[in-house]
Amino acid sequence: MEKAKADIDYKNAVIRIHGLEKAFDDYEVLRGIDLELFQGENLVVLGRSGTGKSVLIKIISGLLKPDKGTIEVLGEDISTLTDHQLQALRIRIGFSFQNSALYDSMTVRKNLEFPLVRNRKNITRKEIDTSVASVLEAVGLSQTINQMPSELSGGQRKRIGIARTLILNPEIMLYDEPTAGLDPITCIEINDLINEVQQRYHTSSIIITHDLTCAKSTGDRIAMLLDGQFQREGTFKEVFDTTDNRVKPFFDYNFIQ
Amino acid sequence: MDTTDSTPIPEAPLRRKRGSKLKKSITDFFFSLYEINLFILRFFKEAFSPPFELKEIVRQCYEVGVRSFTLISLTGFIVGLIFTKQSRPSLLQFGATSWLPSLVSIAIMRALAPLVTALIAAGKVGSSIGAELGSMRVTEQIDAMEVSGTNPFKFLVVTRVLATTLTIPILATYTGFIALFGGYLNVAVNEGTSWRTYIEQVFDPLTFTDFSASLIKSIVFGFTIGIVGCYQGYNSNKGTEGVGKAANGAVVTAMFLVFIEEITIVQITSWFR
Repeated sequence: MEKAKADIDYKNAVIRIHGLEKAFDDYEVLRGIDLELFQGENLVVLGRSGTGKSVLIKIISGLLKPDKGTIEVLGEDISTLTDHQLQALRIRIGFSFQNSALYDSMTVRKNLEFPLVRNRKNITRKEIDTSVASVLEAVGLSQTINQMPSELSGGQRKRIGIARTLILNPEIMLYDEPTAGLDPITCIEINDLINEVQQRYHTSSIIITHDLTCAKSTGDRIAMLLDGQFQREGTFKEVFDTTDNRVKPFFDYNFIQ
Repeated sequence: MDTTDSTPIPEAPLRRKRGSKLKKSITDFFFSLYEINLFILRFFKEAFSPPFELKEIVRQCYEVGVRSFTLISLTGFIVGLIFTKQSRPSLLQFGATSWLPSLVSIAIMRALAPLVTALIAAGKVGSSIGAELGSMRVTEQIDAMEVSGTNPFKFLVVTRVLATTLTIPILATYTGFIALFGGYLNVAVNEGTSWRTYIEQVFDPLTFTDFSASLIKSIVFGFTIGIVGCYQGYNSNKGTEGVGKAANGAVVTAMFLVFIEEITIVQITSWFR
């Protein structure tokens, strides 16, 4: 299913990346990446495993440092920020991890409360409870509030992971392989949730995936990452309506209805 | 095919390979030493800058204490009892069993209590810290903490290292008293010494230097166990294998360092006696 048109402000870029390079030892992962993410847009970064998709969003969130290039997030050049400033910026960015990264030793409630309690010093108990109930309702998992992460299914863990990022009302969402390892029905549910988040929280998102169904149903724009550079960019149709032998097999391998 | 006519193994490249392997091992060793120093420096930098995670430090102190309490109680009691029992025949030969409380107190308070506590804590607490942080690292929980605006080093490392540094001296003191009680049971059964006389004889030979050296030792051991466990766990990688290695590395390295520190502090203390 193709994605409905979103309300995107193409004059306002929330992320601007220019000439980004990153290598691990001798292996160059990203080789001169240029990218803009616009306000309200869902950008899908497609690519094979090991092409540096996750590295890209880890650099955007400041988890990894680039070797070269400039990264401007919400108007701030992250390479010039102090630790304190970077921490403040991170609160405005939500990061949904591939394996959800829920804190194993905490219940769902504590997992959701953690970012709130840590970042909003004068928050009251009532405000915490309201926020937790609100994000749990948004991801449709209110009943799991007192469960431990180990008691949740893969799809539920993904949803709670997304809820944990939403609790701080981020302006940008970064999804790392949101549908990896899930059954097709749960994948559709997660794709719908990503679109719901975009509409309800007015977020701009980068979705890292190699799942074409996810790309088709969540992306306003698709960028194909090959050999450390974006080779094709545009709508789903524009990207795959090609005879490019580096892109075609990727499309042919996936079954799209 | 004639197997005897196999190509001889070229010696020079093999030697070069061995040489480069040795060079790599040496480089790796110094690089990890450098990394550990950076980790310790970062600990001191973060520990003395706000916000101070007091609630989490108290929680970690409780965890460290509870985790080791039963084992330390049992081991301390047995060490005291057995040490007294084993020392008795030697002193009996010289008719000096009345010196037993003094001997036991010096051995326990000066050396055994801090050392036994540190070794048990290295096994119980060090491995647990290594495995916990290692597992958090490989499942990206530490990254998740970082991107949600929390400084994971301060929240996970500083709190745990402070907890072990503060709690292990308390546990060592407790071990000392439990061990002395174990020793008392043996003395009381064999000599019929009263508790009061035993305690007087126990504290008589002990000096301020003994108590302070023992306390300093426990603080150093506590810091070592915490920092090694955290370093191993915080920097672990390679998935579940890395978690196992972190837990194992935390125990082995901490125990090794505890023995080195024990020898060093005993030597330094002897200059003050």
